Amino acid sequence: MFKSFISVMALAALLVFAAPVLADRELINVSYDPTRELYEVYNAAFQKHWLKEKNEKVTVVQSHGGSGKQARSVIEGNEADVVTLALAIDITAIEDAGLIKSGWQSRLPNNSSPYTSTIVFLVRSGNPKNIKDWGDLAKDGIGVITPNPKTSGGARWNYLAAWAWADKEYNHDEKAIIKYIKKVFDNVLVLDSGARGSTNTFVQNGQGDVLLAWENEAYLSLAERPGELEIVTPPTSILAEPPVAVVDVYVDKKGTRELATEYLKYLYSDEGQRIAGNHYYRPSNPEILKEFTKYFYLSLKLITIDDPLFGGWAKAQKYHFSDGGIFDQIYTK
Amino acid sequence: MAIFNFQKASLSPAPFARGYREENPLIRRILIALSLIFTLLILVMPLLVVISQAFGTGWDNFWKAVTNIFTLKALYLSLITTFSAVTANTVFGLAAAWALSRYNFKGQGFLITMIDLPFAISPIIAGLIFILTYGRLGWMNSFLQEHQIKIVFATPGLIMATIFVTIPFVARELIPVLVARGSDEEQAAVLMGAGFLTIFWRVTLPHIKWALIYSVILCAARAMGEFGAVSVVSGHLRGKTNTLPLHIEILYNEHHYNDAFAVSAILVITSVVILTARSVVEHISKREERSNVR
Repeated sequence: MFKSFISVMALAALLVFAAPVLADRELINVSYDPTRELYEVYNAAFQKHWLKEKNEKVTVVQSHGGSGKQARSVIEGNEADVVTLALAIDITAIEDAGLIKSGWQSRLPNNSSPYTSTIVFLVRSGNPKNIKDWGDLAKDGIGVITPNPKTSGGARWNYLAAWAWADKEYNHDEKAIIKYIKKVFDNVLVLDSGARGSTNTFVQNGQGDVLLAWENEAYLSLAERPGELEIVTPPTSILAEPPVAVVDVYVDKKGTRELATEYLKYLYSDEGQRIAGNHYYRPSNPEILKEFTKYFYLSLKLITIDDPLFGGWAKAQKYHFSDGGIFDQIYTK
Repeated sequence: MAIFNFQKASLSPAPFARGYREENPLIRRILIALSLIFTLLILVMPLLVVISQAFGTGWDNFWKAVTNIFTLKALYLSLITTFSAVTANTVFGLAAAWALSRYNFKGQGFLITMIDLPFAISPIIAGLIFILTYGRLGWMNSFLQEHQIKIVFATPGLIMATIFVTIPFVARELIPVLVARGSDEEQAAVLMGAGFLTIFWRVTLPHIKWALIYSVILCAARAMGEFGAVSVVSGHLRGKTNTLPLHIEILYNEHHYNDAFAVSAILVITSVVILTARSVVEHISKREERSNVR
């Protein structure tokens, strides 16, 4: 019995270590949560494109998770050739660690964001609570679902979009804005740590009347649960620009700069832009964006993070979301 | 004669001594009902849900999910990780158990405490210490870069994290067995002029082999399912550093519920096979022991 046990172990060892190893050219794309489906399709398209151009097979390795966590792993030594994250500030963190050269955001068109998105409302079918605009979120008896702005990139966009609306509504009166935002967060039923968690809370567990969601996540949910949900696009919202960058130190070490650069550039090609549109991201190319008017309500007013109201990510992050910032003051009551 | 600790607990209850009054039947029923309900709610029902969800959309979909290239790569990686961790822990466990039960040395207590540490420590700490030691910002980094060794976010890191979490399994099982048996037979063998290897293979090993097999089986089960520490050092590179448990999480987060449950079913079935193997080992070892007594 013991001898046969040993021979079984030996056989297992043989099986485990003798399995074939693939040796294509490889590119690692470290990305954030909601882009999994997008990059699955895009990678296949890029593989064909690279094979045609360079007659070389390439394997793209995907990695997905919370944007901040993913940036952290790259900083700690996860050797990504390219990063495609939710917020510029996460790529700036990699830049600060010395892995990406400064000025990365102007290397590619449109602030290095090949596609954009915005924040919309996902409500139950028929919109029973008649939620149309940001003001409705602060009404009594409305159950709001959003992730926590301290941990989630998407949640910060939610918060800033609400802020932008209130700034106009209350004529820059910061006291009134804070009162409104506090009211909205008083209405929050569940504060998950990430966007996918909030989507599951609202869609799977049926909590709340309105989910503040990425436009692309909202459309995915719509496809998942046909007939149960509908999307309300408010008249104003925020322009979310998820940026992409080549990780200089790693591509130079691995000799993949040309491949990595082309991988990101091809996102701006007509094919790349259409793939983004098909996954409910707004293509940055205005001509291609027009092909997707059946999804995207184009006349909504979009405010950017670089608007003087926010003054860029670094400033907004510090003012609103740092420890003791506005959000902390609101949420600790 | 070897007695393993798992054999001490026999399943047939010890009969009450004569004259002992029967316990209140109500209490007996409540206790039995409680244990059964608990097992049902916490173990049986969720496992049945996994299996039924796995086949929820039919055998074809189950097969497609299980034979997906990323699932197969994850399974392959899990097997490598498990095999390496079990091998390392077996060698270490034998050495540590041997040293602790045969020799008196300073730091004995320290060694035993250290072996127990992974039982008490949270897996996220286990993962983070590897990142902090072998990561790009870790103090080993310049040495690793110089020699082009990749540890975290690569297979070695996964193996090391798994070893860390499963260290106690073999050593903790063998130490009591070796201590209980004493070293008389080995000393006799030394007097008769046997070498170290001969003593190990012909005197020590036959006595501990069942405890060893038993602990290796448990260690393999734990290593196969390890999630926490591995999740921290993995980097989640699909087809490269994604083990089976990590792959299940990815599938679940991607809204592929049925695929996630299908792949979970592989792990559940593996556990059942491993537990069956454990029962067989227990059974054979008991029978052998009885025949030894006769």
